[in-house]
Amino acid sequence: MSVDNRGTAPEAYHQPDERGFFGDFGGRFIPETLMPAIQELTEAFETFIKDPEFMEEFDRDLAHFVGRPSPLYHAERWSRELGGAQIYLKREDLNHTGAHKINHAVGQILLAKRMGKKRIIAETGAGQHGVATATVAARLGLECVVYMGAKDVERQAANVYRMKLLGATVVPVENGSRTLKDAINATLRDWVSNVDDTFYLLGTVCGPHPFPKMVRTFQSVVGREARRQIVEMTGRLPDALVACVGGGCNAIGLFTPFIDDKDVKLYGVEAGGEGVESGKHAARFSDGRKGVLQGNRTFIMCDDAGQITESHSVSAGLDYPGVGPEHAWLHEIGRAEYPYATDVEALQAFHDLTRLEGIIPALESSHALAYATKLAPTMGPDQSIIVNLSGRGDKDMHTVAAIDGITL
Amino acid sequence: MTVQQHSFSTRPDSKRIDACFARLQAEGRKGLIPYVTAGDPHPDVTVPLMHAMVEAGADIIELGIPFSDPVADGPVIELAHQRAVSQGVTLADVLVMVTEFRKKDNVTPVALMGYLNPVEIMGYDEFATRAAVAGVDALLTVDVPPEDADFLVEPMRKAGLEAIFLVSPNTADERITGITRVAGGYIYYVSIKGITGAGGLDTDAVSRRVAHVKSMTPLPVCVGFGIRDGESAAALSKTADAVIVGTALVQELASHEKPADAIAAVAAKVADMRTAMDR
Repeated sequence: MSVDNRGTAPEAYHQPDERGFFGDFGGRFIPETLMPAIQELTEAFETFIKDPEFMEEFDRDLAHFVGRPSPLYHAERWSRELGGAQIYLKREDLNHTGAHKINHAVGQILLAKRMGKKRIIAETGAGQHGVATATVAARLGLECVVYMGAKDVERQAANVYRMKLLGATVVPVENGSRTLKDAINATLRDWVSNVDDTFYLLGTVCGPHPFPKMVRTFQSVVGREARRQIVEMTGRLPDALVACVGGGCNAIGLFTPFIDDKDVKLYGVEAGGEGVESGKHAARFSDGRKGVLQGNRTFIMCDDAGQITESHSVSAGLDYPGVGPEHAWLHEIGRAEYPYATDVEALQAFHDLTRLEGIIPALESSHALAYATKLAPTMGPDQSIIVNLSGRGDKDMHTVAAIDGITL
Repeated sequence: MTVQQHSFSTRPDSKRIDACFARLQAEGRKGLIPYVTAGDPHPDVTVPLMHAMVEAGADIIELGIPFSDPVADGPVIELAHQRAVSQGVTLADVLVMVTEFRKKDNVTPVALMGYLNPVEIMGYDEFATRAAVAGVDALLTVDVPPEDADFLVEPMRKAGLEAIFLVSPNTADERITGITRVAGGYIYYVSIKGITGAGGLDTDAVSRRVAHVKSMTPLPVCVGFGIRDGESAAALSKTADAVIVGTALVQELASHEKPADAIAAVAAKVADMRTAMDR
């Protein structure tokens, strides 16, 4: 197979439409006060991504500040152990700040700067997006306020401290389930109240248009690199891609350059929590329905009256009752599959990768790894899987230690 | 200040909202629209509360559909949503409350106000049909932009319901034109860039904006967000066709133990505003 013409993605997939709809999903379901801000943002985004100077600055920052390209690592020992497909890890954990979140943070802050915004607000779940936002805001000297569910503040204390060191104000959100969903509500309320000078640096492919498209654009560097790297290493495209899906930006980032390669199977792995039958999970595609939450129509977890129900996961970053609308679309058209991994399975994968490969993965990424352990043995040793190792596990030491009965 | 005055007509088949504004105009008065969240503080309170507010001088009632994630609301109304949601009050229950209200009052318009998801989950056709049967007059969903609202507005029109939309201080004229094209009932002018219950209301600036919006639409223009007392209600009702008050009333509801006291306190507040507006 020829290497040259396969290392670059074909361009046939055109989603979303100009109003942000992926079929019936997506859109801009927001209060009127935010519409002018959303229109201003859409216009700025569409202008600057066509501006070579802007994109050069973005690429330069990705190279010299983030440390891209991230390696694609052949996990030989783990692959041998599983006895099937060869597993390649896209090492987003090696990025500056330890996860893929920095990719879109760098892109969005450049946009904020061009738009003349002085104040940056963000929500965060596990704290990775908050840290990435605080990092880029510090670098540009912009005021930064990060909203974080009080429950997440407790379970991600190290990241809270990092954000504070970086000069950000971290606001614990005590409402509702005290997790990511409530942090997003608080950030939206801040934005409605300070819409003129404030840039909402959203952390995933959720929210109203243009966020899903914009975050995808900045994250798809992951898939572009992976595509080039796997072709260089194996001479062919991979057979499957696996990534965890909370909001789903690391998955979209990896999937996007492969969407038109129908032979490449796409798997977005949701958090199965304590098991879907327990009701304590974040498996929106297994046990959710179509609805509207926080700016877009997507698959959500809600009851028969339309009230949003609480999600559960050992990993803060996957603990969210909605999912990026493009995932709902890819699910509907059958392009991607959305299985789930439970807390127990993710923790097992966390320990396995640490022991076999010397890489401590984030609990979020461990869900993708857990699914790969099921998928790989069903495939042949000449086949390959790319797993997005979206973040490193340093932030999860306290959580995992506590589960293992150890107090640090 | 000169404001272009449209006359609101009363046709024999006139809808309750149209009839209400025509009547107000004939009497030379401005409308008072209280908002409460259905089921707050208790499901049994809502219908008697609605009657008490009408008795105290309310012209139209906005009834909030409880939702778990009311992102456009400030802490006071957010807590009202939480109290109602935690008691299991659903959109279907809200429709039952309106049905009950209509047994004694077939004149006062009732506009439901809320977020899209409960309506989406019920289904748009089903909602429109059931709401019309219950005696609902209009629906305002704060998270649906008018340009993408056909899926909601069409079924409502067919059922004879009005879709109310918001105009903000930062809404550009071309958007206002688009909004008035799909909007029915009345225009809800949001007085401040913010969430419900926010402070810092500048009544002069708001009045100028209201006059501008009124010049762009034949629909009545009502002002909400930030109105707390008789004084601000009276000031804004000089230009607006009606004032909407929510947070100040919900706060009263939350600060009384006994339902009867809560109802009486809200009614007194409504009566105060009515008096100030009619002075």
